[in-house]
Amino acid sequence: MSTSSAAPRGPFRLRASLADRIGEPSLRTLTAVSALGVVLLILWIAETVVNQSSTAVSQLGIGFLGHQVWDPNHNIFGALDFILGTLVSSFIALLIATPTAIAISIYLTELAPRAIRRPVAILVELLAAIPSVILGLWGLLVLGPFLTNHLEPFLKSFLAWTGIFNGTPSPVGMLNAALILTIMALPIVTAITREVFETTPRDLKEAAYAMGATRTEMIRMVVLPLARPGLVGAVILGVGRAIGEAIAVTQVIGNASQFQASLFAPSGTLAAQIASEFQGANPGLWQSSLMYLALILLVISLVVNILGRLMVRRTAVH
Amino acid sequence: MALENPSPLGLLAPVPGSARRRAVNRAVEIACTLAAVLAVAVLLLVVISVFIKGAPAISWKFLTSNPQTSTLNFGVNSGGIANSIVGSAILIGLASAMAVPVGILVAIYTSEFAGPRSSSGIRFALDVLNGVPTIVTGVFVYGVLVVGAHQSGWAGAIALAIVELPIVARSSQEVLVLVPRTLHEAGLALGLKRWRVVVSIVLPTALGGLITGAVLGVARVAGETAPLIFTSSIFSNLGLTTNPAQAMPNIPVTLFSLSESASPQDHAQAWASALVLIAFVLILSILARAFHARSMAKLSH
Repeated sequence: MSTSSAAPRGPFRLRASLADRIGEPSLRTLTAVSALGVVLLILWIAETVVNQSSTAVSQLGIGFLGHQVWDPNHNIFGALDFILGTLVSSFIALLIATPTAIAISIYLTELAPRAIRRPVAILVELLAAIPSVILGLWGLLVLGPFLTNHLEPFLKSFLAWTGIFNGTPSPVGMLNAALILTIMALPIVTAITREVFETTPRDLKEAAYAMGATRTEMIRMVVLPLARPGLVGAVILGVGRAIGEAIAVTQVIGNASQFQASLFAPSGTLAAQIASEFQGANPGLWQSSLMYLALILLVISLVVNILGRLMVRRTAVH
Repeated sequence: MALENPSPLGLLAPVPGSARRRAVNRAVEIACTLAAVLAVAVLLLVVISVFIKGAPAISWKFLTSNPQTSTLNFGVNSGGIANSIVGSAILIGLASAMAVPVGILVAIYTSEFAGPRSSSGIRFALDVLNGVPTIVTGVFVYGVLVVGAHQSGWAGAIALAIVELPIVARSSQEVLVLVPRTLHEAGLALGLKRWRVVVSIVLPTALGGLITGAVLGVARVAGETAPLIFTSSIFSNLGLTTNPAQAMPNIPVTLFSLSESASPQDHAQAWASALVLIAFVLILSILARAFHARSMAKLSH
């Protein structure tokens, strides 16, 4: 290093290196602390929810999960019906959303004219931009009456024997919640499915076509098998979205604390129950039990999201 | 060959069963197209419902006056939602002031400083945070800031910031990854330190994408209700509040409580509030998405 030849630049160099000496470690530290903060925040959220639910956890124990009755007036609390409500509503939502999402993704990656692919993809994604409280309002005041007057009597007329399409048609209830959740899960599942389909190697597709496969056969032989882990991941992430939705569900599900086999009947989910009762719950066992519901919800959604991410990542690798 | 081929085309004739295969193919194609049409139709149905039902109640008075309720008209609001509009603006502003810088810092860490292992670890943590149900985020902030104190605009803004942070960080990461390696290396070759490369080269290059990513985060968080119902939903007065130390009225919570009411007048107000909210969110999302795609495309070549 010939420092002597750079004599006139001395002061500049000193200033620059001072800035470097402060700037380099501070940016490094600042960004590292922020990143560490994300991890700590997750732990803090978990710790707080565990802490707030400790009264209920110690008094009600693990039996809370299997207990059916929720009766704040008599201080009796059980989570089973809300767990069932959560699982059933998300299950129905994904039962409808998954095939629809796969179909839309096939349309967007294989069928649609190039010019309209992006606009249609954006429109489907915009479905996810509708605030949940507005979707809930629409579910309550538009979809609800339609269900009561048309869809539910129609389903009942020939499917009543199944037991799940039975009972009095009602604007709020499990079916309405499941349909609203379908609308919410659809754009998420579609976005991931489409991305996974787009990674299908071109030469494999062309090989299938060269062997005389129709487009449908090519999709069945090439696209779907390659996309399988990603598809599973997409569905799991859709479940994660559906399980965690509180506001829209509480608006349309009717907030009953009893789970019934009929899809027309009002029901409840973990998230919706927290949203609807937390304001009015007096501190003590009631509020702590709601926190216990939040803890169950947090555990389920963490497991679901971690699983889903791992599956999606596995497909992205190949 | 004893194979009997009745077709005059000989071996060039369609394979047996090809009519059926073509029909199946056609049916699948039609079903896929219908699915796409259905999804777009649902979007339009919701948006158009909100416009048709919300528009009649929208007026200058609705947008610029505070709620007026009296026992004379049975507690029905005959005023507007100015207080909620102002409150929402402040909450979103505060939340973004916290989430956007931190989100970009996290993204810089993963793209510039962290090794591949910790970088993918942080990315995973962001996805996990993004997967925490927003109602749990609300309950968390309630447990930390509201228990033992009271609801406040600050608590609401922090809850929103927690929802916004992973969205901003993830979209920023995607943008930063696209900044060409060669620009980095040119900077480093000139003797610049890493922080200098980040501040003078990476951030200016990626600025457009970072801004549009942040705007998408804002659009997402503007309609969030669950983080606010425990943190900023009980208002001591219905007047205009600009003080975040008090609970602040906001559009999502107002809309939520109006929708829970049984009165048709309240529903009319709910639709009108929904129109204000959905217009804001959709315009922001569409603009941000259009610019985002442009700036990402610009970066990647």
